[in-house]
This record gives sequence, C-alpha cells and structure tokens, in this order.
Amino acid sequence: MAYALQQLINGISLGMIYGMIAVGYTMVYGIIGMINFAHGDIFMIGAFIALISIVMLISGGFMEGPAALLLVLAISMAFTALYGWTVERVAYRPLRGSFRLAPLISAIGMSIVLQNYVQISQGARVKPLEPQVTGGFEIMRDGNFVVQLSNMQILIIVTTLAVLAIFTWLVTKTPLGRAMRACEQDRRMASLLGIDTDRTISLTFVIGASLAAVAGTLYLLRYGVIDFYIGFLAGVKAFTAAVLGGIGSLPGAVLGGLLIGLIETFWSAYFSVQYKDVAAFSILALTLIFLPTGLLGRQEVEKV
Amino acid sequence: MTASMLEVTDLVAAYGAVQALKGVSLSVKRGEIVTLIGANGAGKSTLLMSICGDPRPRSGRVVLDGAEITQRPTHEIMRMGVAQSPEGRRVFPRMSVLENLLMGAQAQGHDPGPELEKVFALFPRLKERQAQRGGTLSGGEQQMLAIGRALMSKPRLLLLDEPSLGLAPLIVRQIFSAIRALNETEGLTVLLVEQNANQALRLAHRGYVLVTGRITMEGTGAELLARPEIRDAYLGGGH
Repeated sequence: MAYALQQLINGISLGMIYGMIAVGYTMVYGIIGMINFAHGDIFMIGAFIALISIVMLISGGFMEGPAALLLVLAISMAFTALYGWTVERVAYRPLRGSFRLAPLISAIGMSIVLQNYVQISQGARVKPLEPQVTGGFEIMRDGNFVVQLSNMQILIIVTTLAVLAIFTWLVTKTPLGRAMRACEQDRRMASLLGIDTDRTISLTFVIGASLAAVAGTLYLLRYGVIDFYIGFLAGVKAFTAAVLGGIGSLPGAVLGGLLIGLIETFWSAYFSVQYKDVAAFSILALTLIFLPTGLLGRQEVEKV
Repeated sequence: MTASMLEVTDLVAAYGAVQALKGVSLSVKRGEIVTLIGANGAGKSTLLMSICGDPRPRSGRVVLDGAEITQRPTHEIMRMGVAQSPEGRRVFPRMSVLENLLMGAQAQGHDPGPELEKVFALFPRLKERQAQRGGTLSGGEQQMLAIGRALMSKPRLLLLDEPSLGLAPLIVRQIFSAIRALNETEGLTVLLVEQNANQALRLAHRGYVLVTGRITMEGTGAELLARPEIRDAYLGGGH
C-alpha cells in the first residue's frame, strides 16, 4: 500500500513532464495537422539551455533560492521559444501547401539537425548536474518503507499546474487563444476574418516550445543528467501520451501524459524496469488499434 | 475618392489547373447592392474568394475604394474593410456563437460591443443562442451567424455567398430584408452571389450574369428580370 502510494507520487510527477511535452505535439497537430517530430528535441534544447544558465549562475554565485530557479526557467523558456519559432520558419512554413508528408519528413530532418547541433556544440558525453532542489517530506511509514514526497516532486507538480493553468487561460479566454482555435478549426476562414494565420501558427510553436522548455528544465532538475539524445525517448513517449489522450485535445494531452507516467512507473515497480518502454509503447499500439481517436479525441458530427 | 467601391478588371483565377474565371470585369458603386447570378460551377464563389486574395488572381486587377488589392495577402484585404460570408457558411463549429461573432471583429481592432448589439438586434435568434456551439446550430442559424460575423468587422464592402442556400423561404425573406435594411440605413455596399436569382434581382440595384467564368450580361435588377433568357435559364418554372 505504502509502496503503491510512493509509485503514485513518482508516476504523477513523471507524467506531468510528459504531459507538458505532449501539449506541444497536440497543439501543432491541431493547427497545421502535422506531427512535429522535432518537438522532443526542442525539449532537449530546453534542458540544455537550463543547464547552461544554471552553470553560469553557479559560477557567478547567484544560484540561490527559488528566485534563481525562476530565472533559469524564464531564460530556458525564452531561448527555447526562439528555437521553436525558427524551426517552424525554416523547416515547415516553406512547405505549407505542399503534400502532406513533406513537413513530416522535414520534421524528422530537423530532429536530426538539432541532435547533431547539440552533440557537436556541447559534446556527446552525458552532462551531470548536482541536485539543486533537495529535501522533502515523509508522508507515511510502513515498517521499513518510507513514503517520500520530495521538494523536487512538489516543484514539478506545482510548476506544471501553474503553467498549465496560465496556458489554459491563454487558449480559452484571450483573443490570441481564440485566433489559435479559429485557425485550428478552419484556417481559411480565419484569414477571411483578417487573422494573420502565419503569425498565429508561429505563436503556436513559440508557446509549445516554451512548455517544452519548462518540461526540459524540470527534467534536468529532477534527474540531474542530460545528453543530446534525451529528446528522442521523451519525445516519443509524449507523442504516445498525445495520441492516448486524443491528438488535438489539450486536456487529453495532459491526461495522456499522466497515464503514461503512471503506467511506466507502476510497470517498473511491479514487473521489470528493463521493459518499461515496452509497456509505454504497447499502449501506443493498443490505442492506435482500438481507440484511434484517443480518450478525449472528438468524433464530431457537424451539420451541413 | 472614386464613386466605385469595388472595381474588378479582367480577373483570371484558377484552382490548380482548373481555370474558374476567364477575365471577369465588374464594378460595385458605393452604397449599391449588386448581385451576381449564374449556375453551379460558373465561378461565382471563386470570384468572391479571389477578390479576397484566396486564390490569388493569376492576372487582372482588383481595386477597393481606389486602392489596388490584387496581390495582397487575404488577411490584409479583410483588414481594409472587406468582409465575406462564404460558401458553406464556415462557422467555427467548436466555438460558441458569441466567440464566432467576436472573431469577426478581432482583427479590426475596434470595440466589438456596439456591433454585437446591432447583430443581436438584426438576428435576435443569435442572442438567444450565444452560448451554444456553432456546429450545433441549424442551417438557418448558421447562415445568420456567418452574416453576423461578417458584419462584426464594420465592413465597407460585404460579400455574401448564397445566403439563401438550403433555407426555408421565411428565413430567406428575413435575411434579405436584413440586407436591404443595412444597405438603406448604413449605406452598406453589398456584392451578393445567388442561385435564387428571382429574389436576388429584386433586392439588388444591379446584376451581372456569370456563365463558365465570363460575364455574359449586366443590367439593373428589373432589366435582368425582364429578359426572357434569364427567365428560362435561372428563374425556372418553380418560382
């Protein structure tokens, strides 16, 4: 029981990270109907920018307290957003109006480019970072087993909830969010209403990349090791999360992320750690076969 | 200042390899209601869309109130005071009626409040349904929403694509009288595409007949209504 509770805590905090990345997949899919396979690598870029800024803050002696963490988060979001914007501008926009597979192939190419770029500029070795957020609470004790809620896990859960709340407000209540939804539902009509759809699409990539940067920063702080390749696995799992939740659905992405995090954690805890990725990807296969629209995906009936 | 709100000269436009407009010229004066009639596939909707830059004209000129807009991107043309209620209505299905209407004003930068009141006064039905999703409205309500959304932008030139399509005669009369009222009270300039030629010609000051991408006739509404070839081709026996 205590063991299961601990896994639940671990699974939720992992799942939140997946969920944040999954939102980026689902947003881009919603608005231009493509899977942005470079999105996992944008997450990796976010982790690296966070690492670089932490190292710089430490060497300057400023890496103290929550304000410093917030600064790291802001820096990572800003620079990663720039990467997201550039990727769309360089690799996807010129292919708009081309055949459907073209941007997808371009995305895979962009993913390889970003990985190699980081591998060359930062080196291929794994980058460690000493824990920046330590300590935690003991929730309950069952014999020798202690259920822990670490400060890091609290940080992950609080940050993702806050960021997702801001994001939800942005999409549902602001004119920008309305324009994004309009482009998603009927891009030609949106431009017939004077909406600059290219700009709206750019902003979608910027927002998706900032969320990936938050996930990357939290991932770095939680696991303390990153390399140029982390984006691949995290990206594919977040993609699985987006599909499980129903691609195109924002709440679905978060729900899917949580489920993948929980499945992976519980599988590792009760079966075998070696096969945890198999568990996650079996879910992808099963979802695609039995529930192609995902848990919260829509099967809209529209009147003509 | 010119008296002409819209001046289209030798417009050629195509979707892919299919040439839909083969050199169309027409003009709409300020404060005028002009209707364009023609059979299915004559290129009526393509003309309205290509005035809005989507598809971009292959050749020819489109001048709005003295300013050439031929090669401008669609969103810029719409911000210059053109609004369209397009073919198929294209209501945003997963947005509320209110949000659909607000989208109409969004890119124009004015306070949507007064326009919203006018639209609700014109179509009280939309006010009742403002929280409902666009996709759940009936066809007539969607048509009202598409027109209302176009009006939200305070257009100088309103383009209407088959506002009567698939609607009950009562609702068609309601929509046509709303268009006439806007034209008379606010001086709104309207270019209207219709298959329902009889009513459209009664409403319009002038009309053009479009046949497979070319204008074949023009005249005042009454003149065109009186022409036997129009009666045979577009008014049919059913009216």
